Amino acid sequence: MISSQIQLASYLFASILFILSLGGLSSQESAKRGVLYGIVGMGIAILSTVLGEGVSGHIYIIIAIAIASVIGIMLARKVEMTSMPQLVAILHSFVGLAAVLVGFGSYLDPKTQALTGTPHTIHLVEVFLGVFIGAITFTGSIIAWGKLEGKIRSKPLIYPGRHLVNIALVIISIILCVFFVQAHGTGGMIYLYIMTAIASFIGVMLVMAIGGADMPVVVSMLNSYSGWAAAAAGFMLGNDLLIVTGALVGSSGAILSIIMCEAMNRSFWSVIFGGFGAGPTGPAMEVSGEVTAMDHAEVAELVKNAQSIVIVPGYGMAVAKAQFPVHEMVERLKKEGKEVQFGIHPVAGRLPGHMNVLLAEANVPYDIVMEMDEINDDLSDVDLVLVIGANDIVNPGAQDDPNSPIYGMPVLEVWNAKDVIVMKRSMATGYAGVQNPLFFKENTNMLYGDAKDSVAKINGHLTE
Amino acid sequence: MKVGIPKERRSNEHRVGATPKTVKRLIKQGFEVIIETKAGENANIKDSEFENSGATIIGSAKQLYADADIILKVQAFTDEEIDLMHKDQVSLSYLNPGQNEALLQKLADKGVNAIAMDAIPRISRAQKMDVLSSMANIAGYRSVIEGANLYGKFLNGQITAAGKVDPAKVLVIGAGVAGLAAIGTAKSLGAIVRAFDTRMEVAEQIESMGAQFLTVDIEEDGSTDSGYSKVMSQAFIDAEMELFKEQAKEVDIIITTAQIPGRNAPKLVLDYHVAAMKPGSVIVDLAASTGGNCVLTKDGEVYQTESGVWIVGKLDQLPQQASQLYGNNLCHLLDDMGKAENFNIDMNDDVVKRAMVTYNGKVNWPPEPLPVSPQKPKTATEEVAIAQAPPEADLAKKKSVKMAITLAIVGAFLYLLGMVAPADFMQHFTVFVLSVFIGWQVIWNVSHSLHTPLMAVTNAISGIIIIGGLLQTTNDISNPMTILAFIAILVASINIVGGFVVTHRMLKMFRK
Repeated sequence: MISSQIQLASYLFASILFILSLGGLSSQESAKRGVLYGIVGMGIAILSTVLGEGVSGHIYIIIAIAIASVIGIMLARKVEMTSMPQLVAILHSFVGLAAVLVGFGSYLDPKTQALTGTPHTIHLVEVFLGVFIGAITFTGSIIAWGKLEGKIRSKPLIYPGRHLVNIALVIISIILCVFFVQAHGTGGMIYLYIMTAIASFIGVMLVMAIGGADMPVVVSMLNSYSGWAAAAAGFMLGNDLLIVTGALVGSSGAILSIIMCEAMNRSFWSVIFGGFGAGPTGPAMEVSGEVTAMDHAEVAELVKNAQSIVIVPGYGMAVAKAQFPVHEMVERLKKEGKEVQFGIHPVAGRLPGHMNVLLAEANVPYDIVMEMDEINDDLSDVDLVLVIGANDIVNPGAQDDPNSPIYGMPVLEVWNAKDVIVMKRSMATGYAGVQNPLFFKENTNMLYGDAKDSVAKINGHLTE
Repeated sequence: MKVGIPKERRSNEHRVGATPKTVKRLIKQGFEVIIETKAGENANIKDSEFENSGATIIGSAKQLYADADIILKVQAFTDEEIDLMHKDQVSLSYLNPGQNEALLQKLADKGVNAIAMDAIPRISRAQKMDVLSSMANIAGYRSVIEGANLYGKFLNGQITAAGKVDPAKVLVIGAGVAGLAAIGTAKSLGAIVRAFDTRMEVAEQIESMGAQFLTVDIEEDGSTDSGYSKVMSQAFIDAEMELFKEQAKEVDIIITTAQIPGRNAPKLVLDYHVAAMKPGSVIVDLAASTGGNCVLTKDGEVYQTESGVWIVGKLDQLPQQASQLYGNNLCHLLDDMGKAENFNIDMNDDVVKRAMVTYNGKVNWPPEPLPVSPQKPKTATEEVAIAQAPPEADLAKKKSVKMAITLAIVGAFLYLLGMVAPADFMQHFTVFVLSVFIGWQVIWNVSHSLHTPLMAVTNAISGIIIIGGLLQTTNDISNPMTILAFIAILVASINIVGGFVVTHRMLKMFRK
């Protein structure tokens, strides 16, 4: 048993460690230390809670943690780096679920019943809000997971008047909240159930309405929700550690969402409420020119003769798991004294920073992996750009076609390089559904086929 | 004043001290120009061309030396030539003063005021008279042409209907003016060019010319104040030799340009390097006249070794072009010295006092050192502060108005909240708001490439909701609250453990 003062002090210490943990992620060097801070902080938080007053049923706690640890380690070990977005999404749903359960538990807690007056009302509102956010996070994350996993089609599901329906549902929830607060004892349970069902439905519809290309935003948005859910739980339990941590996570997710939206030149709200907001007003610019294709040997020849090469990966590389042969190629080219760099668009992939993780998995040193802003101005001096499974992020229409739906979105200006090779499975359009004038440019050549297969074949020709 | 241009006596010297163009220039400067007959023969300049530009052709060298006040020449003077010279005559030519003490003494004894064009200091002002640079430029260009000629294959890679041609690989050792010119020429012919130099500061210049800068793994900078390179340590030389051996196996043409002032050229390409090269490959040695960078170089000769490697110790000088540039350098110097009207030898002038190696019967060599650094790494230049433009001030004003309104709304909201909420809630709310601010500040610093690990970490720590479950567990498993808490602890723990493990796994993969 430790006193509640010691417990509070431990919570404060844990909060500091969590802040340091997130701060550590500012650079690769300090990131590992950051994770360690997080683990220690978590350990302190759990221990000081369990050892504190008023905690019973230790045996169940230990059983639950033991089972969960096994599952968690297996999940984390097994997951492929390409399916990182799915794992992140499903973990978000767990936080949402826990928030719902804790909310219900708190409502059933006899200590709650003992409260009277304003504190009681405030507590009930907190419970209601916590469950509401938790339920949205839970179902929303499950849908996001399904979309990322390919179990649910990624096309946005949009029906007319959906905004009105959503607003109506929120208003109903508020009315339910009023009834809930006025009910005596645990008599408000029924309102809580109904509201949970409504919130779950809102969560489903919210994510269903969002297209596959916007997934990075959705995932970071749900990340944010899971934080707010934890913070709400903190309010209902009167626990500052939960509030601090929830707020940290919530703002982290919000910032990531904003960064992703900026990278796509989209308004945060239009992404959250689904669809593309105001659509294009006129017909897309006529694309003239011819698409020329090359075979692997010809591409290998171009690669051999290029002195500086920039590789722009997209989701296609992740899907094909082409990062390994790409790394092999990069190592070979670097040994030959060529300058090889990667240009990463902020929304490449399905998760913020997804490409960086994939490249790191394949052992690509991070000092040759450049952000869009770092490399865009240098692209005109580059001999060859290899676009691997990316489309919208290299679309010149974003700059010269005001009618393009992605007009204004910052893109990698690969067309300024001497030669561009685009590796793609087919001429299909990207997620944004926009034709890409890049493919029709004179210095662009297409290489059709699976990215992994293509890069491996190029490697084969390079060794000859 | 009369400027005299004698015919060069050395057999393989095809240049001449003036061309019709520089003659015109000299006349414009007010000089009278006399030229020995057939002086331009080897550079394909006829006497009549000189005459047309206003020069007078003189039949004999003796006459010319006797008449001229200033002699413009390329090669250093032979004893016979010095015999023809007279007191107070000014001469402009190569003299190689570092190695020619006896010659300098003879000139001084004769009373000749001799300017060594190869002793012009390499400072910015004197660049227009720097014959070493102008001649090195030609040598660098010509070395590639000569090498390509003997190599006998394409320099550029091609894909033709008849099959593929690999580009030739050219290694340039020493990236001075000649080396850089060679790099540029080889590159423009389409070859793959690599270059080595002991001076780290030229790496950028090499790369700017399109070549790959080769280095050894030893930190040592060969730069000196004079802009030339110094002699390197043994460890460095060993590493350098190893590098050359690797390169020799691969490259088709090696061009060496390494020279250290006042000394014999360093031996950089040894017999085992030559042996490692493919038959038919070429070594062009621009340092042949100072002993050669390659041990097998024969000065003035082009030959093929037994292993089939061409070694070039003699370069065609492009005499007409070279004479033109050399002549221009001379004109610039004469221009600087006051032209014909005010011609005078100003021994306080930085350029003249260093290049004037004999003056008033005395040898003026070696000169006091003059630290010049044509290509020292630039120190950080101060940022120029830009005054704020007026529109920005307007914007700032609008912004501050917006900010004030927002703050007012927030203040009002907090006031209302404080009226109804209990103190306990306000305390938690304080913590909440401050945490949001901290999170906001901290997360903006997270590097873009770490966004995925960031999500995984926040995932893990949002598992802190486990505390809610922990506080609600009771000893009674039949209590619904305990069951709810049990499940909450379970899923939250999966989050914590899974999140941290996967983050750790990801971060382990990042490497420099």
